[in-house]
Amino acid sequence: MPQLNWTALIIFVLLFGFITWLGFAAARWRRGDLDQLHEWGLGGRRFGTVITWFLVGGDVYTAYTFIAVPALAFGQGAVAFFAVPYTIIIYPLMFLIFRRLWNVCHKHGYITAGDFVKGRFGNRWLALAVCVTGIVATMPYIALQLVGLQVVIGAMGVSGSGLMADMPLFIAFVILAAFTYSSGLRAPASIAIVKDLLIYITAIAAVIVIPYELGGFGKVFASVPAQKLLLAVPGPNTTGAYSAYATLALGSALALFLYPHSLTGILSASSGRVIRRNAAMLPGYTFMLGLLALFGFFVIASGVDKLPEYAAGFKQFGNNFAVPALLLHSFPAWFAGVAFAAIGIGALVPAAIMSIAAANLYTRNIHREFINQNPTDKQESHIAKLTSLIVKLGALVFILFVPTQYAIQLQLLGGIWIIQTLPPVMLGAYTRWFNSWAMLVGWAVGTFAGTWMAISVKLTNTFPLHVGEHTFPGYSAVYSVLLNLLIAIVLTPIFNAMAANKTPVDQTAAADYQS
Amino acid sequence: MNATEKKRGGWSWWYLLFVIQFAVALWPPFYNKADPYLFGIPFFYWFQLLWVLVSAVFTAIVYFAVEE
Repeated sequence: MPQLNWTALIIFVLLFGFITWLGFAAARWRRGDLDQLHEWGLGGRRFGTVITWFLVGGDVYTAYTFIAVPALAFGQGAVAFFAVPYTIIIYPLMFLIFRRLWNVCHKHGYITAGDFVKGRFGNRWLALAVCVTGIVATMPYIALQLVGLQVVIGAMGVSGSGLMADMPLFIAFVILAAFTYSSGLRAPASIAIVKDLLIYITAIAAVIVIPYELGGFGKVFASVPAQKLLLAVPGPNTTGAYSAYATLALGSALALFLYPHSLTGILSASSGRVIRRNAAMLPGYTFMLGLLALFGFFVIASGVDKLPEYAAGFKQFGNNFAVPALLLHSFPAWFAGVAFAAIGIGALVPAAIMSIAAANLYTRNIHREFINQNPTDKQESHIAKLTSLIVKLGALVFILFVPTQYAIQLQLLGGIWIIQTLPPVMLGAYTRWFNSWAMLVGWAVGTFAGTWMAISVKLTNTFPLHVGEHTFPGYSAVYSVLLNLLIAIVLTPIFNAMAANKTPVDQTAAADYQS
Repeated sequence: MNATEKKRGGWSWWYLLFVIQFAVALWPPFYNKADPYLFGIPFFYWFQLLWVLVSAVFTAIVYFAVEE
């Protein structure tokens, strides 16, 4: 990318300017007192079906998704398609479990998973564990969105040396920080609509135009080497790529909804029914994600990775450059600008939501719990706004000074950590049977075990579990959370017996979970 | 409270559709093949994409069946 691509850049800047205005204007949308935490942090809980669709979709389909999934397909082939069964599993989970969580959180004014866990189980340490895990797991995820933004900025030929090279990222960061501070969740909600429209236009155009240019789907798939086209058939005594694929899908689906920003997106909905309707409609996004995975194959078929004009990009960004290169090659510059704006905005929306979610967690479950027990509304929202700023700053610093590869590995670990909150948050929505201390021990063991598993395979996705002569390669997150559950199940009767005289403190009643 | 109201939040046989949805999605040996091709796309890919649409239909069915 030796020269600046002026056409693409101008379109990009124009669209970015528009959404900047929108982010600030959003403060006046469905007006509320933004000094109240639930107005700033949950948009006043007034988003209907359509807005929720865009907001939750904005959570699930991030800039990182659009860059990384095709990059994986380009580099490793069929395994990247795990994104499809992953999304097939998410929606029933959302339908069943999150409807209940929405109901109980709405009834009791809970804003975070930490609030819910404390109310349900009465154990502030378990709530703290859930809260800290949420914050720590979110940070690398935010950082990776900025990577997506970096790639498209680089693809437009914006380069320089030292600090100047990062100037666009700084500008984007300042914009993001400013409208999040002033408008809270309403900002990404309004922008998500624009972003998704742009993404849909880009994806639909791409999936029609590019295969046509390449001579049809048959030709595209014919250019993919055989070992990448399908999953490798497992050898004897191992479940090989099959268990890897299935556990990647399952583990990612479970982990996704445990991230704070998913719960934030869901809790901002105006009713439990909105959530269920969305569960039926969100699959529209999934179909698009499946098409995106195919983009990786379009790259192979088009051969852009071998073209000299994109060599510098591939050198700097590796496989992540696959989608930008394809877009630059297949479309006129102005449309590439639209597509890059879609991806860039697609970085800001989840980054905003994630930072708000992390801020909500800190404010409610650390600050209010341990530092200032009786904040005024204004103090509470002020702390949240400040925290959101700090979290974004941390992510920016991280991305500027730490190699991207580390960010990816940290995000992988983040998924393993966040899934350990499954017993208190997801199962807690159904039953109070577990002992809260048993779950805390389970959480700790699961976190250590999962981290150990990941490190033992040098931070790749699958851990080969050996049982006797058989090997079951699987996603570390799934194995570690199973261990976590096992420990919680075994320890619950033991701990309950030891604390025979204590009555459990549960603020919630069974009817609270139903709509 | 009438009988149907009490059932909300509990098990419904309609949820079996979700079990089917999961079971098929998570069983790669079933769809890990290239034939038959559809519009030049191998089975592995078009089947999973089709399953997305089927899942949306299932979810919609469950929504209407379980809703009052």
